[in-house]
Amino acid sequence: MDYNILIGGSAGQGMETLTFIIEKALKRMGFEIFTIRDYMSRVRGGHNFTQIRFGDTSFSSHRDEINGIIALNDETISLHIERLSDNGFIIADESAQYEHKGLKKLPLKSSAKKIGNVKVIGSVAIGSLFKLFNLNLSCVEKVIEELFSSDAASQNITALKEGNNLVDPIYNLNYSKKDDKILINGNDAIGLGVLAAGCKFYSAYPMTPSTSIMNYLASKMQEAKIVVEQAEDEIAAINMAIGASYAGVRAMTGTSGGGFALMVEALGLSGMQELPLVIAEIQRPGPVTGFPTRTEQSDLKFIISASHGEFPRMVIALKNPHDCFYQTVRAFNIADKYRIPVIIVGDQYLADSTCTVTPFDVTKVEINRYLNDDEYIKDKEYKTYELTKSGISPRIIPGKIKGTRVLVDSDEHDEFGKITESSEVRINMTNKRLNKLELLKEELIEPSYYGEEDAKVLILAWGSLDGPVKEAVNLLNNSSDRKYGAMVFGDVWPLPIKLLNEKAKNATTIVNVEQNATGQLASIIMEVTGIRCNSSILKYDGRPISGQEIFNKMMEVK
Amino acid sequence: MSECNLNTFETAWCPGCGNFNILDALKTALCDLKIEPHKVVVAAGIGQAAKTPQYINTNGFCGLHGRAVPPAAAIKIVNKDMTVIIDSGDGDTYGEGGNHFIHNIRRNIDIAHFVHNNQIYGLTKGQASPTTDVGHKTQVQPIGSVNIPMNPILLALSLGAGFVARAFSGDKEHLVSIMKEAIKYRGYAFLDILQPCVSFNKVNTFSWYNKRIYKLDENYDFSDKHKAIEKSMEWGDKIPIGIIYKKEFETYHDKVDFLKDDKALIDLENISSQSLKEYINEFI
Ligand code: SF4
Repeated sequence: MDYNILIGGSAGQGMETLTFIIEKALKRMGFEIFTIRDYMSRVRGGHNFTQIRFGDTSFSSHRDEINGIIALNDETISLHIERLSDNGFIIADESAQYEHKGLKKLPLKSSAKKIGNVKVIGSVAIGSLFKLFNLNLSCVEKVIEELFSSDAASQNITALKEGNNLVDPIYNLNYSKKDDKILINGNDAIGLGVLAAGCKFYSAYPMTPSTSIMNYLASKMQEAKIVVEQAEDEIAAINMAIGASYAGVRAMTGTSGGGFALMVEALGLSGMQELPLVIAEIQRPGPVTGFPTRTEQSDLKFIISASHGEFPRMVIALKNPHDCFYQTVRAFNIADKYRIPVIIVGDQYLADSTCTVTPFDVTKVEINRYLNDDEYIKDKEYKTYELTKSGISPRIIPGKIKGTRVLVDSDEHDEFGKITESSEVRINMTNKRLNKLELLKEELIEPSYYGEEDAKVLILAWGSLDGPVKEAVNLLNNSSDRKYGAMVFGDVWPLPIKLLNEKAKNATTIVNVEQNATGQLASIIMEVTGIRCNSSILKYDGRPISGQEIFNKMMEVK
Repeated sequence: MSECNLNTFETAWCPGCGNFNILDALKTALCDLKIEPHKVVVAAGIGQAAKTPQYINTNGFCGLHGRAVPPAAAIKIVNKDMTVIIDSGDGDTYGEGGNHFIHNIRRNIDIAHFVHNNQIYGLTKGQASPTTDVGHKTQVQPIGSVNIPMNPILLALSLGAGFVARAFSGDKEHLVSIMKEAIKYRGYAFLDILQPCVSFNKVNTFSWYNKRIYKLDENYDFSDKHKAIEKSMEWGDKIPIGIIYKKEFETYHDKVDFLKDDKALIDLENISSQSLKEYINEFI
């Protein structure tokens, strides 16, 4: 069972609420969900749509073919009708100027007017939608009651029932009623990870599509006692986070590519001062303002090389909401352990798409701060940058131990943090910092692998393409004699190469699938391992790539 | 000096530079106030003045050019038990870091901000700074600076700063007293310190200032904002030094319950796994 419903209209028509009610109710009935959100960079007008895919097996990606449309305006029909399946339906108002065999012209507006609140038009449509699938309304009613005040809720419930009476079922769905999952998007999952990691300071400047991390954390500010500071610009945001880290708490900032561009000098500061820092870079299509509300994976090479000079950093690409939670916690632990900046990388597709996942297990969360106390300092003078065998200097919190001085600098410095121009110290300090990259290699998680163990055709991808690629490989292996495998990188810098070397040996064709125009992962892999991709599937129109689309393009690969 | 244990380090400043007195005054102020060095963070950006944290054995944060304020503000947010002082120059504070200077006033975090204002760029060898007077010739401004100089005192007042003062590096005793007031002030305390640069500013010298400055006396009412604004516009033949405006009001910490009532943020427990579970379950 696999259905896909598109809801379209213009900004300001309440589509976000409408979508939320439908996906939440379906999820509570035990369906698996994958919803994408496609919106324009404007507050009113334009064309926005969401697509709710639901069924009884879990989905790792969205799907292009749609089974039904809720059209809040005629434009929605004309823009998406091509993707409607043969027996697909369209729910639209009776005023729609369109003809189609699946079109159900219903008195949505007049029903809402009759109820005395034009805003309940969406609930009329939901009532009809659920009837078409022969699903009862109890879960929808519950969601509406949770969402609205009692007056508005009762109007919406009346609207649901009105809508329910307007159509007859076309499907007859059974559902499990086993509601044991959560429905969450990537950015909220990052937010939960931030709280789980014990982060106490988040400073950022709003930038789509990263802002919802800040929104989520701000909603928990008082309860969870985390400072969420909207900085005057991204430069302040990252410098504040570094200051907070110096003062001893876990600190983080988040932004998108344009904001990250402003942060790069301070990224180097975190590396030079050896102050732990976590940065979320939620990509959107660039350069500069690009497509503010759309998706792309075009910042990878920039992120791994951002800032002048040489210093260690770790880059983790997030694959799905599950990853967003656990990898965010891991990013904080690694940042603290090595005293380095760790950048977690998402994109709009991951940030805004909701899907059903197993609730995160808080018992699996481990926090290790790698901090030292007075015991360590006893009888010796504290050195912020003590040269140790590993290159990692013991860290203390300023102000906690009498007689200690924690001095950090952006200038080259000696073990005490004093500015120096000594060539010997310079070499020692550079080696000390860069040795962390070697140590990090021990931390690396190899990429996920899907498909045939002895694949002849190997797909390489990273981050949020995990879901679409996984689905594509299943389709490929089910419909072709060729053996397909896919490797999706989460840890991407330093680049884990064990599994890659092993699988690449066996493959005759290697294809990189990326949402950028230049094949950035392929380029990094080439640089690090010498392994060259024979073919590329690159999408850079700002729209997400589905499993089906990858499948189709892979079928053309020789 | 020895009893409060504030060591002196070798500096990279030119002999006779106005920075020496500021460093000395800072040490004296901290000693007089009996604040232990490990309880102090001196933060700075880049420049000659910004080397101050190197020369005093408190904790020190030497950050990026223009970016002294954001980390300092965050340090205080995280650990309200620390005394946080920014020591940085006019180029760092008013030029490269102007935006942070402006917005930090709006935050009103309890830190003291000492700007070593020498009206010139010292470290880069003598270009105009945001406070350089019109007509002042430099290598880069051969026809003289043409831009209107910034009036940091008036700017701070206009943004609602609660402690606005000016001092002169050539009058150490007075400087110490103002610094002490600034450190004690609950909220953001801004102190612009006129600091002759003996190497690159041949206009605004010790004697140039000595001829012009005068101290605001007990007849001056620093709680009157209108008077303060008037005073802030005095520049030229007569330059007032002292506390120009002072009034306490709610700080950043006062407005955030858990920062106000609880222990310092750094000492707060992490959220319980029970609350975390509840947050996760909100997505059911
Ligand atoms: S250049 Fe000017 S400000 Fe800098 S140390 Fe020398 S005299 Fe002082």
